[in-house]
Amino acid sequence: MAGLGLGVGVLWLSLVVLLPMAAVVVSGFEDGAGTFRANVTTAEALSTIRLTVGASLLVTVVNAVAGTLIAWVLVRDRFPGQRLIEVIIDVPFALPTIVAGLVLISLYGPDGPFGVNLVGTRTGVVLAMLFVTLPFVVRSVQPVLMAMERDVEEAAASLGASGVTTFRRIVLPTIAPAVLAGAALAFARALGEFGSIILISANLIGKTEVASAYMLKLVESDDPVAAAGVATLLLVVAVVVLVLLDVLQRVAARRGSTTPRPAGGAQ
Amino acid sequence: MRQVLRTIAVAYVLGLVALPVLTVLRSTFADGVGPVLDVLTSPDFVGALRLSLTVAGLAVVVDTVFGVGMAVVLVRHRFPGRRLLDAVIDLPVSISPIVVGISLILVYGTDGWFGPGLEAAGLQVIFATPGMVIATVVVSLPLVVREVMPTLEEAGTEQDQAAQSLGAGPVARFRRITLPTIKWALAYGVVLSLARSLGEFGAVRVVSGSVAGESQTLTLFVNDNYQEFGPDAERAAFSAAFVLMTIAVLFIALIALLRPKETT
Amino acid sequence: MTGRTGRRGKVAAVAAAVAVAAGLAGCGGSSAGSDSSSTIDLVAFSVVKSAYDSLGEGFAATLAGHGVTLKGSYGASGAQSRAVVAGQKADVVALSLTPDVDDIVEAGKIDPSWNSGPDRGIVSSSVVVLAVRKGNPKHLQGWADLVEPGIGIVTPDPGTSGGAKWNVLAAYAQALGPARDEAAAQAYLQSFVRNVVSWNDSARAATDAFLKGTGDVLISYENEAIAARAAGVELDYVVPSSTFLVQNPAAVLTDAGPAARDFLAYVRSDAGQKVFGSKGFRPIDGSPGTVTGVEGANDPAKPFPAVATLSTVDDLGGWPVVDDEFFDKENGLVAKLRNEG
Repeated sequence: MAGLGLGVGVLWLSLVVLLPMAAVVVSGFEDGAGTFRANVTTAEALSTIRLTVGASLLVTVVNAVAGTLIAWVLVRDRFPGQRLIEVIIDVPFALPTIVAGLVLISLYGPDGPFGVNLVGTRTGVVLAMLFVTLPFVVRSVQPVLMAMERDVEEAAASLGASGVTTFRRIVLPTIAPAVLAGAALAFARALGEFGSIILISANLIGKTEVASAYMLKLVESDDPVAAAGVATLLLVVAVVVLVLLDVLQRVAARRGSTTPRPAGGAQ
Repeated sequence: MRQVLRTIAVAYVLGLVALPVLTVLRSTFADGVGPVLDVLTSPDFVGALRLSLTVAGLAVVVDTVFGVGMAVVLVRHRFPGRRLLDAVIDLPVSISPIVVGISLILVYGTDGWFGPGLEAAGLQVIFATPGMVIATVVVSLPLVVREVMPTLEEAGTEQDQAAQSLGAGPVARFRRITLPTIKWALAYGVVLSLARSLGEFGAVRVVSGSVAGESQTLTLFVNDNYQEFGPDAERAAFSAAFVLMTIAVLFIALIALLRPKETT
Repeated sequence: MTGRTGRRGKVAAVAAAVAVAAGLAGCGGSSAGSDSSSTIDLVAFSVVKSAYDSLGEGFAATLAGHGVTLKGSYGASGAQSRAVVAGQKADVVALSLTPDVDDIVEAGKIDPSWNSGPDRGIVSSSVVVLAVRKGNPKHLQGWADLVEPGIGIVTPDPGTSGGAKWNVLAAYAQALGPARDEAAAQAYLQSFVRNVVSWNDSARAATDAFLKGTGDVLISYENEAIAARAAGVELDYVVPSSTFLVQNPAAVLTDAGPAARDFLAYVRSDAGQKVFGSKGFRPIDGSPGTVTGVEGANDPAKPFPAVATLSTVDDLGGWPVVDDEFFDKENGLVAKLRNEG
């Protein structure tokens, strides 16, 4: 019975995930390694990859810090409106990406209420990525903070350690694995993000065109080999960064006291 | 210090998320509720809503069956390649939805690996509903599995083994022991999966021809109308976006209610 | 929390609300659904939704079109053509340029005699114009102004967009001049390409980018500029003294029903052409014609100024030659110029 279930499950997984992903990697090299290299090193390809990877890294770092801060405030503080903030944090999770795009352009576009126009700017792209990756680190760190036993912190405080020191030497090592796990999810999300960026970026070549938009254009221009090539390259980048973060996570987990399981539900 | 941190955190969340969302509300209802209702009752909108619900519904059913089955197999059995399977299930979350769409075209499109075979059998996957369903299934694939697994792990197998020793068959055991155990985690996973499926845009954009009223999901409706001129189209885009936003908030409320043990 | 019962109650309430909403949507929609025999699937390029919506309504008011609904998909012409080849359901295609229809003919889905009539399959025409910000703050009056340093040109990408190809040909042909100076034309095109700030994936996407603040000038169809202005958009446009004739084809697919053929006949008819005229399209030969009262045109009473030098694709050797020379992905002139810049 279990064998049958496993077989069916693996077959389904192969049909919808494994085979298609294999097709991406294989198709990238369909016209030879030379063509693959040519496809991923065109000026446009390089600029989109540079922009996407760079912006994703920046956004991951910012939201790792901000996410940790927000998780800290939500767990350790009590203030009116806290439940509302909790709900607001989940909005980027549940909101369709194109709606997020519309939301961003109505505030930061030419018809926005504050007269700010970020359409066609890299700032707009970064803002979109920040928006969609906000919840990851917050939701990853929160359960760990909640499960933490406060006695070590209180002991440190009674011995005269400042808040910053306590945070640095006691809290941080404990939550570090969770921060890194959330950061990994955030990075992967930002790298592949499309719907929320496409409107505000105006897709300017060499300036605000992200990799996902470039790949779409390649597919629509009847160049699926090039699209597959760029996708493969991005996959490699993603794997490298994710493995790195995983290694860091294991190191941090060994140093810290607990290895928590991050909250699920990532998009 | 506490005040400072609190202020920064609240300001960041409000500024980044709440402010844009409020701005959309303002744009949607700039001319009152009437025009919005006109959009919501128009045939194109209703068609898009129905298609979204159909595609998402089918995808969630597939994801749930797959998710529960896989969770049971992964938690209760040891077999070679188990860790690899575990990792592969997580793969869709790390891939761009555009790449998901491209990968499906490369296999199921007319020039794809199965293209000639599908064409011979008269089956159209890409640029038709099956393609859209598969794309939606893929992007929400891990959600149910990941929610159900920890609960199953925690519950252990004693009850199940006891029932087995008493002669209960696998289906009965599943129905009467496993399912009640994972009930809330499963509900949580299903809601997450439904939210994700309804909101899918990128992957569907790649594999759909977006014919208004036919192959245009609600998210594609928003995008296509945004591209048209004039206040009517703009209102259509914002109204549909508003509906999606409302559904998203409903889901958040459901998620908050169902989230295992983590509410403050 | 009030315990499991209370939570279950809340969950049930929320779930019920969602179910009711979905149910209402289902009920509301059942009357809007139509069976496939009275639906025409139109696959068209990105800027013509408004025109074909009106054409669909006009057709439905005729005897032949009674009870027929037109369902349209609008996107970049090249991409749409490829989608139909790849199996997207279509009864009628209305694309930006003839090669995009020929690709579908080659795939065996359209009869090769589709353009054997007197109009060669063309249903709508326009000219390439320069769209600028309201008031023309940078005083761009013609093609020469576009290649000044610092001017940002917005045009779509020829890889996906039909409008993009018309724009490139217009830029090239006007520099070719009566002397047919190919070197000058190529030099101009090089400067033109260098000033392009965004190669959007469709003509409509280019318009959108321009309207949202990108660049200083948008190269587009005259009908697109007129449609934008008619919708209240703040835009001005210049019809250059030397520009290019845009001719858009339409064809019926071989396995389409009779309703589709009737629709195409309507589109070609005087009534259909009048609808096109009201939406800012010129008479098929590109001349000013006698159309008047076109909302959104610079002068609604005389919407289509005569163009002193109107070049056509035939002047450059016809589409097969042009498509290869200019737009071949590797060796085409545009690809070469983009890689140099």
